[in-house]
Amino acid sequence: MDDLIAMTPCDGLLPVTIGDVTLTEDLPVAMTSIAPYAGQDEALNAALKDAHGLDFPAINRSTVKADARAIWFGQGIALLQGPAAAIELAKFAALTDQSDGWAVVRLEGKGAADVLARLAPVDLRRQNFKQGHTVRTELAHMMASITRIGPDALQIMVFRSMARTLVHDLKTAMAGVAARG
Amino acid sequence: MRITCPNCGERDRREFYVKGAALARPDVGAGLDEWHDHLHLRDNPASETKELWYHEMGCGAWIEVCRNTVSHEVVSTRLASGAELGGKR
Ligand SMILES: [Zn+2]
Repeated sequence: MDDLIAMTPCDGLLPVTIGDVTLTEDLPVAMTSIAPYAGQDEALNAALKDAHGLDFPAINRSTVKADARAIWFGQGIALLQGPAAAIELAKFAALTDQSDGWAVVRLEGKGAADVLARLAPVDLRRQNFKQGHTVRTELAHMMASITRIGPDALQIMVFRSMARTLVHDLKTAMAGVAARG
Repeated sequence: MRITCPNCGERDRREFYVKGAALARPDVGAGLDEWHDHLHLRDNPASETKELWYHEMGCGAWIEVCRNTVSHEVVSTRLASGAELGGKR
């Protein structure tokens, strides 16, 4: 049996700092999408609260408790990030393991929103996009999930296969913002 | 052109994919003429028309969009699942 070497989605690419903005890779232990079955929204919410201390997030919002984060992830779906999803949730929702499917990066610094303004067609400035807010949107032609996880910190996710493109486009935009001073 | 997704809010047209006219699916047992009409015959009005759009780069919802083909105004939007186009959830 060969020894396989585990590599992270952004292996060898990060971290990088340009100007006052830093891009790092985040590696949640597990990521699971949770899609409640028809009519099971309330039961699922109660089970999620019991198991992980989290509310099912409202549209365009995320909820957080200790190391667990639930991010609204699209029509009728949320993504649990952090612990592996409790098996009890499977009674009320379709659970899908997404752990190896996504590249997760953190863009942090005063100019973080200015960097994303060059790449995504939504307003991510702090006055409109507050901590805990999330969007599904386009980022340089990639389907992305963007969440504000701190006053100047944004979590960005794209499909793992696009990790290198994501880092390239973010670095280019970071350099552009830094060059303007 | 900007489209208001019932989930995500107002978004740029580049986030969406258009399928075509929003039509109720013929019933089980519909005849050949009815299917022919459903598949091939369109009115192409110079006015308001209803289409199905997919929020491909966003939340993944199918949306019924009413828009004016003359002015390009987007008049209204709602989730396709609530537009009574047939099928059951
Ligand atoms: Zn949407």
